[in-house]
Amino acid sequence: MVQVGVAAVGQTVNRINPKYQLYHPKWYRKDYPIFWWLEKFAYGKFIVREMTSLAVGYTAVLLMFQLWVLSRGQETYQRFLGFLESTPVMIFHGVVLAFLLFHSVTWFNLAPKALVLRLGRWRVPNALVLSGHYAAWLAATALVIWLVAR
Amino acid sequence: MAESITLQIQRYRPEEEEEPVWQSFEVPRHDEWMVLDGLNYIKDNLDGSLSYRWACRMGVCGSCGMLVNGEPVLTCATYLSELGGGRGPVRIEPLTGFPVIRDLVGDIGDFITKLQRIKPWIIRQEDKPLSQGEYLQTPEELALYQQYSMCINCMLCYSACPIYALEPDFIGPAVIALAQRYNLDPRDEGSEERGDVLSQHAGIWACTFVGECSAVCPKHVDPAGAIQRYKVTATAEWFKSVLLPWGKR
Ligand code: SF4
Repeated sequence: MVQVGVAAVGQTVNRINPKYQLYHPKWYRKDYPIFWWLEKFAYGKFIVREMTSLAVGYTAVLLMFQLWVLSRGQETYQRFLGFLESTPVMIFHGVVLAFLLFHSVTWFNLAPKALVLRLGRWRVPNALVLSGHYAAWLAATALVIWLVAR
Repeated sequence: MAESITLQIQRYRPEEEEEPVWQSFEVPRHDEWMVLDGLNYIKDNLDGSLSYRWACRMGVCGSCGMLVNGEPVLTCATYLSELGGGRGPVRIEPLTGFPVIRDLVGDIGDFITKLQRIKPWIIRQEDKPLSQGEYLQTPEELALYQQYSMCINCMLCYSACPIYALEPDFIGPAVIALAQRYNLDPRDEGSEERGDVLSQHAGIWACTFVGECSAVCPKHVDPAGAIQRYKVTATAEWFKSVLLPWGKR
């Protein structure tokens, strides 16, 4: 039977791979490269966005730490401020700020995808959802500045 | 032959080689030829043993998806003359993420199994008798899910998704978009059943929003958007079930 089948196609199966068994399918599975995120610009951008969340976490911890230092009294706090104002720390925090901004902007830009708002029959356009986010950001920043400068 | 263009094709013939190899073919270069036309030319004139899937050649059947110069595309909708400045060479491989059976043909069984798990059909708790007529729908109701109904199961989004490649249990972009196609259809009453599958880790939560699925989708389904929307829905449902004791569990 097998021979008839092969003859009917008009050619014999070329068996150069000695491990191959006739009529036993053998799938080829490729390993996914470890550096897959370098293969496409979009993948790289995604990894940077994810990595910059470390900066977000760091900032949150830093702020909480600062509050804790404040609770330890005026003198300790002054010393901590001095530490924050030293050049290497300033440079480091400049980099952290850049990461933070990158993270916030890329994150906000994605928000309209997740948030589909409807008011009755009207679908709130993406641009409005997006500008709403930025408006909230501005408002929060203004509030903080007002609290500090007061 | 007038002008020609080189196609480098990944061949995998398990009876001949353990690992895929590249083979080059020269095909005529016509402005109006798609990549698929080039493949058909090879099959008809140069090497009849070349294996690949295709059917409609008009972007509807979803079977001719391949990696062309590294990008997942429908070969019936990609002009040869627009690749590599029209000079080639054009590299053609099977879609990433699926085991290769032969040449450009991948095993899509995993996708089909996952698709069935979310029950991609309209589920009614109780069907109304035929005598009461069809379930009518307004254009606004149609608009709620129409975008997701455009999916042609071409699996380009799976090929573009690094999570699917790294975490094979991930149910994947198109399946979630298709679940939403039914969840958002006002005639459907099956969203709770689907939720059991979608809300698992291998469902929506495996997605880290790389977003490439939506970038490659030829039908503008936006599966990435569908997933993020469902994350919001699932979270809201969870809060409701925890905070409101009388809420539906
Ligand atoms: S969502 Fe788009 S890319 Fe994915 S299978 Fe459907 S049509 Fe293809």
